[in-house]
Amino acid sequence: MRLNCTVNGEARQADDVWAGESLLYVLRERLGLPGSKNACEQGECGSCTVYMDGTPVCACLVAAGQAEGRDVVTVEGIADGPVQQAFLAAGAVQCGFCTPGLVVAVHDLLARDSAPTDPEIREALAGNLCRCTGYEKILDAVRLAVQR
Amino acid sequence: MTTHAKTPVDPAPSVPVGGAVGRPVDRRDGHAKVTGAARFSAEHHYPDLTYATMVHATIARGTITAIDTAAAVAVPGVVAVLTHLNAPRIRPVRKGNIVRDLGPSVSGTEVNYLNTDQVFWDGQPIAVVVAQTSVAANEAAPLVTVTYREQQARVDFAAEQHNATPAKGDLTFAGTKKKGDAEAALATAQVSVDLRYTTPGLQHNTIEPHATIAVWSGDHLTVHDTTQSTDASHKYLAWRFGVPAAQVRVRAEFVGGAFGGKFAVWPGTVIAAMAAKAVGRPVRLALSRKAVSRAAGGRTASTNRIALGATRDGRLTALIQDSITHVGSVGGLLEATSSPARHLYGAKNMLTRQNLVEMDLLPNTWLRAPGEAIGSFVLESAMDELAYELAMDPIDLRMRNEPATDPTSGKKFSQRMLREAFEAGAERFGWADRNPSPRSMRDGEWLVGMGAATAYHPVLRLVADVKVRLSNDGTALVQCGFHEMGMAAATVQAQIAADALGIAYEKVRVEYGDSDLPPGPMAGNSNQTATVATSVLAACAELTRKVTALARKTGTTGQEPAATLRAAHTPFLEASVGSTSRLGSLRSQGRFLATFLKDQRWSKAARGAQFCEVRVNADTGELRISRWLGMFDVGHIINPKTAASQLRGSIVMGIGMAMSEQTLVDPRNGRTMSAGLDSYYLPVHADIPPIDVAWLNEPDKSMPLGIIGLGEVGMTGVAAAIANAVYHATGRRIRDLPISLDKTL
Repeated sequence: MRLNCTVNGEARQADDVWAGESLLYVLRERLGLPGSKNACEQGECGSCTVYMDGTPVCACLVAAGQAEGRDVVTVEGIADGPVQQAFLAAGAVQCGFCTPGLVVAVHDLLARDSAPTDPEIREALAGNLCRCTGYEKILDAVRLAVQR
Repeated sequence: MTTHAKTPVDPAPSVPVGGAVGRPVDRRDGHAKVTGAARFSAEHHYPDLTYATMVHATIARGTITAIDTAAAVAVPGVVAVLTHLNAPRIRPVRKGNIVRDLGPSVSGTEVNYLNTDQVFWDGQPIAVVVAQTSVAANEAAPLVTVTYREQQARVDFAAEQHNATPAKGDLTFAGTKKKGDAEAALATAQVSVDLRYTTPGLQHNTIEPHATIAVWSGDHLTVHDTTQSTDASHKYLAWRFGVPAAQVRVRAEFVGGAFGGKFAVWPGTVIAAMAAKAVGRPVRLALSRKAVSRAAGGRTASTNRIALGATRDGRLTALIQDSITHVGSVGGLLEATSSPARHLYGAKNMLTRQNLVEMDLLPNTWLRAPGEAIGSFVLESAMDELAYELAMDPIDLRMRNEPATDPTSGKKFSQRMLREAFEAGAERFGWADRNPSPRSMRDGEWLVGMGAATAYHPVLRLVADVKVRLSNDGTALVQCGFHEMGMAAATVQAQIAADALGIAYEKVRVEYGDSDLPPGPMAGNSNQTATVATSVLAACAELTRKVTALARKTGTTGQEPAATLRAAHTPFLEASVGSTSRLGSLRSQGRFLATFLKDQRWSKAARGAQFCEVRVNADTGELRISRWLGMFDVGHIINPKTAASQLRGSIVMGIGMAMSEQTLVDPRNGRTMSAGLDSYYLPVHADIPPIDVAWLNEPDKSMPLGIIGLGEVGMTGVAAAIANAVYHATGRRIRDLPISLDKTL
């Protein structure tokens, strides 16, 4: 099938898409956007989090066909702003494999709630696994992004 | 002095010349990572790239009698299906000499993949499908049908333990260590405990699964690999494929976490290179999460007897630890679970013994603090139990047994500030507020407990070749094939080089993660920072001597180095430590041995005091960790921001080990059941309390810049601190990890 969707503000098209492909596969393998990471393929780790019509989703759990006509924003399409800068300054980045998904998740959290409490942050990010940082600095990054 | 790790966040740190070391500068690769621009091993593009998926054996031991690939070959887009019947022949794994060449030591297993009809574990790759797309390869792989002649397999650790035999050990770790007569001393001790602890297997579950892109150009091989040992890995591949090492290049600029799981060369790497050779096109073999659990080893399970005898005033008279761990029939390593017991407390009589049982499972491998993660749970839980037998504060018991010299080797400590760590930690944590009686502290429906444990990880230094170039535009380039798996290794070496050269931190560029660079050490055993720093400092000192001499000639003494180079019309100056020529390699071996022997003069380690507070729900048994403090004795800290993250991340991995992580193996057939993140439970954001980490920041004077590696020590003692706190909260001892809900109910 042919897939039409908007990705990071641009109209994109992919041909010969197999119905069983995931949106993550389309982004990484067909559209040259490997920023969203392929880490579990079962919606457990959050590393592939992208926006679809403004809602954060695990791109690995979205069938390519479901993205038809939708508006997708990946980590590459989020303006390099306070969230990314806060991750850097707070030391919330280590190996970097979970980071793109977390950047999208935090971006979404702060869009919904400009002053989340600590428990709200922990809950909001509980679907994004990180094996390196110990999470504390990610919390610091969110607080810092709020200040900015 | 106590330095607080909660450094104020400095949005734009300005780094004064000469003041980079010790400053919390941001990591250098951070921007590429937060914007999605960083390219990990599976993300390099090659025209004509093909995609491979492995087929895994579904028996634990036996022989392949037939393998039918017709249905897989017929899937549109499939380029080739390789099995032991048609795959390229490669050389078998070579046994090696660890001093001469680490190459053979990185062999994850001894199996000659796709060159044998023998199956040694459930999950062993026995075929590979190469296709135009990964979708086609994934569709075709399950269509390969295999017939086996099965043999009896040893897959149930509990049932196989009686077959364990004493381990030999090696140069760095003896299988058995004895001092005095520990059993006799235990029998006559005034107070004693004799206990059994078990720990399950663990998986690394780095967020990045293992992946390889292999590209042949004639008989030159380039491999983008998820590895923490580019040098050993390229030598290993050169041997297996029968080409000179100079013709194999292994690259790993970004590695998405490793923790020991990417030290060995696992089947995926070899099979990707083999497949690329067979199809004459570049091959990408990116393992699924499930495939990682079947084709890349994890930590062994363990069963441990520990017995402690003491006088009534808490002096240890006997310390016995007898551990059983497993290896595969085709590889695996001795997990040094007795390591903490041998070096922490001054018991008069000691017996520590490692026993191994061979099993038909995927060989085990290094996982963060191999040996110490398990050993510190065993020893530090038992110390807490003994303290209760003695009606003594558990920290006090530890301090009463602080040795003056290493309890096993008798060597002097290069540095040992465990007492200071416990004192500073106890005060900061509020240990004095603890009512020592079990089940005595309560907050509504929550039983509150506090626990402590000692953290311990030995120091290892390997050898690194380094080249440093200083240019007349004021920049410097440091080249070394070390590894960046998230620790901020390049950031830290840039800080060190900047100060050593007397130039601005921002002017130093670092190249790493490539076997074409001067060979660096593997990144493991917390060695890398000190190992590379040793050579960076030596190369920078040599460069500085050259600049000083040139400055004298040109009359530019006192000016910045670049001014001297410009005055002398010299575009750049270089200095190297080591070279890859035949003579240079021999010299590197000499340097390794000299450093190793020098370091052997002392007992060296990273140490710390772990403190935690837990809450256990009186009705449901739910266990929550409410507070944490790790107070560490880890030498001089080069970068407080990145060091704190290393320690904190380690503690969280320890929390996972204590509370939820376990490799589940089906005892009937040896299949890993915890093969996804839905069945292997990692701690998540909502599980983790604020974690306070701090350090004493006293340099170890026997180490370059006083550095002690800190990548692993944070994980040690964590499980014991939690188990001890759970006992304090509930009055219940949990001696079998993980501390799951069924055990606290």
